[in-house]
Amino acid sequence: MFTVLKARLKQGYQTGKFPPAPPNLPEKFQGRPTLVASQCQQDCQACLEVCPTAAIVQNEGRPDRIDTGKCLFCGECAAVCPGKAISFDPKEYRLATFSRQGLLDPQQDSAPPEELQKLCRRSLSIRQVSAGGCAACELDFNVLNTLAWDLSRFGISVTASPRHADCLLVTGPLSRNMLIGLQKTYAAMSRPKWVIACGACAISGGIYQDSSECCGGLEEIIKPDLYIPGCPPHPASILDGLLRLMGRESGTRSPADS
Amino acid sequence: MTATTLTINNATAVPMQEVPSLPVNDFRDTLLELVQQQEHRVSAFFGLPASPAGLGLELVAVLNHPEDGNCKLARTVVKDSFLSLTPECPAFHWFERELAEQYYLEIPGHPWLKPIRFQPPLPGSGGSKTTTTIPNLTVGDTDYFTLEGEACHEVAVGPVHAGVIEPGHFRFQCLGEDVYSLEISLGYQHRGLEKMLLGGPDRRTLHLLATASGDSSIASTTAYAQLCESLDHTLQPEPEALLLRGIAAELERLANHVGDLGALAGDVAFLSTAAFCGRLRGEFLNMTAEICGNRFGRYLVCPGGVNMAFTPAQARKVLTWLQRVMSDVDNALELLFESATVLDRFEGTGTVSTAAARELGLVGPAARACGVNLDLRHTHPYGCYTLSAPAQAADSAGDVLARASVRRQEIAASAAWLREQLAGWQKENRRHRSTPRLAPDMIAVSLVEAWRGEMCHVAITDADGTFRRYKIVDPSFHNWFGLAMSMRGEQISHFPICNKSFNLSYCGHDL
Repeated sequence: MFTVLKARLKQGYQTGKFPPAPPNLPEKFQGRPTLVASQCQQDCQACLEVCPTAAIVQNEGRPDRIDTGKCLFCGECAAVCPGKAISFDPKEYRLATFSRQGLLDPQQDSAPPEELQKLCRRSLSIRQVSAGGCAACELDFNVLNTLAWDLSRFGISVTASPRHADCLLVTGPLSRNMLIGLQKTYAAMSRPKWVIACGACAISGGIYQDSSECCGGLEEIIKPDLYIPGCPPHPASILDGLLRLMGRESGTRSPADS
Repeated sequence: MTATTLTINNATAVPMQEVPSLPVNDFRDTLLELVQQQEHRVSAFFGLPASPAGLGLELVAVLNHPEDGNCKLARTVVKDSFLSLTPECPAFHWFERELAEQYYLEIPGHPWLKPIRFQPPLPGSGGSKTTTTIPNLTVGDTDYFTLEGEACHEVAVGPVHAGVIEPGHFRFQCLGEDVYSLEISLGYQHRGLEKMLLGGPDRRTLHLLATASGDSSIASTTAYAQLCESLDHTLQPEPEALLLRGIAAELERLANHVGDLGALAGDVAFLSTAAFCGRLRGEFLNMTAEICGNRFGRYLVCPGGVNMAFTPAQARKVLTWLQRVMSDVDNALELLFESATVLDRFEGTGTVSTAAARELGLVGPAARACGVNLDLRHTHPYGCYTLSAPAQAADSAGDVLARASVRRQEIAASAAWLREQLAGWQKENRRHRSTPRLAPDMIAVSLVEAWRGEMCHVAITDADGTFRRYKIVDPSFHNWFGLAMSMRGEQISHFPICNKSFNLSYCGHDL
């Protein structure tokens, strides 16, 4: 007992100050991508050629914007762009949206579901289902339950039974072999119920969007209420999305000089 | 006597033509002789449509021996049937089930021939489509081993589990509280990865391989990069790039081992270490993110080198960070391994014998815990490990405690090695970018020691230098049956700690 207490003292208090303080992000963090079409060089297709997930949306045959629902945040496009038209904001982790459209244009995002905010503002139970994920989304969602993030202080819990869940959080491109498992889990949840697509795979199929063994994400199967981009999303992006879904205060953008 | 196999070094390529194509009986005899008499391991055994089309199915075997440091290749062509090697050599059992499923190959004599992933056949599968070996393709819908009688009962778990983990189905046949047998049925995470790699490399390839098993991205992308470098000699990674791959690989090992020991502590309700290690695992992920921006090292390794520059100042920062974190890790693990209640649960639980580990071909910490001397960083050194590698861990008891103890030894060894490498990081490495142009009609083999053990990638190129076949053998492919073995005769309540002591990958297996 004494050694346990001594160890506890040594390990110290480790829960992060996010939120409301900004999270500690690595210097090379690839946050929100921006494409300034006016900086594009004439007839240049370099970014389109390297993007592994066809995340760059074109307008009249020219790169126009980046679909964060498909983007892997690998930075290949920014690296090859001769006009420096593409950049990833290393401080902007707040990427979650409430509509698929919002991932293309944050200005056009819809509002979070009102009923959820009324019922679940202080307590949200989540049932997670992995459907063809590579385990990275699962791991970085799990991280929120460690003492570094301490998810339960926000009233958010992960539940084993779908009967107890308010939200279904899905990871992975939805492998055909998990389709029934996912649909049964969703059917077992009582109403009202909401759905979260966590990671590029769950949103759009991600790198597996062309696979004949996957369904290309959740969009066509069960319409999500919250979209969390990333491959995998940083824990701060996931937590920010969950808090805003509940209508609670989240963190601010990391200051540029931190 | 003509050669029956071709011997090559790890991470090298040879023209496919040079691999002896044996008559099927000689092929069988060669494999049996090497595995049974000469203690070789089966690293890969897979099929691809024979060229020219219509000839049948080409079978390729990659074997290695822990002591001679190289790989042996053999091949044969079959029409639509191959007499099973499993009754004589259990290490082939999972490979043969995979072959039957991927190419509709009949494998008479296999004791338990059924799908492992419930996947549709790969392009170019030969054989008759009316074969009875693959009765249906509804995942999990298959005959299971069952027990009948008054004292027997069955426990079915999954595919959706209680926690935030990947899906898989487990069937326990129990006599009271004791498990008589456990059968594991996977495939729920199958997303057609090997099929998508055909015709590559293209802009997706590196990213697909980074997600083969998300917690082993560094190992998997390193295996791929080595293949490309052996197939394209213009890709020559500089020593700093190789070392940075090694540094990232050891951080990956540390994160997972520390996380798993914490999870093991959690499963025996030893909450202090569980809580400490949960946080400490994240510190290693953040160190990886410090190097490349991504916690799982997604964009670091690329064919020809690494995609990120690591400065001496960053190396110093990570070194100081590592020292601080390791002091907390040592403290958390000391607590775990000194607690009598923990040791009581770990010791003698989930034992796998040395003989079973060898026969099944277990790899990584799970094999080392059974007294099997395997570690590719030492036996088949690649990349920076040709110069130095973290000390090899060993135990012999084969139980949960041995697996935990091997992990603990590896944490200490990797940390010591990292301290040395980070302290010696003098100059910034160069970033590398290029598109690999692979030599045509070659076969290349790349073995790396992922944190779960041997990971084997094999590429076979066609006349255009694109992938005719890309085979991934994840360490979990070898080890899932080891977990099933560890549960025989165990109380069912011991399943969580047996499972965590292996912590196998579903997606790495299902591909």
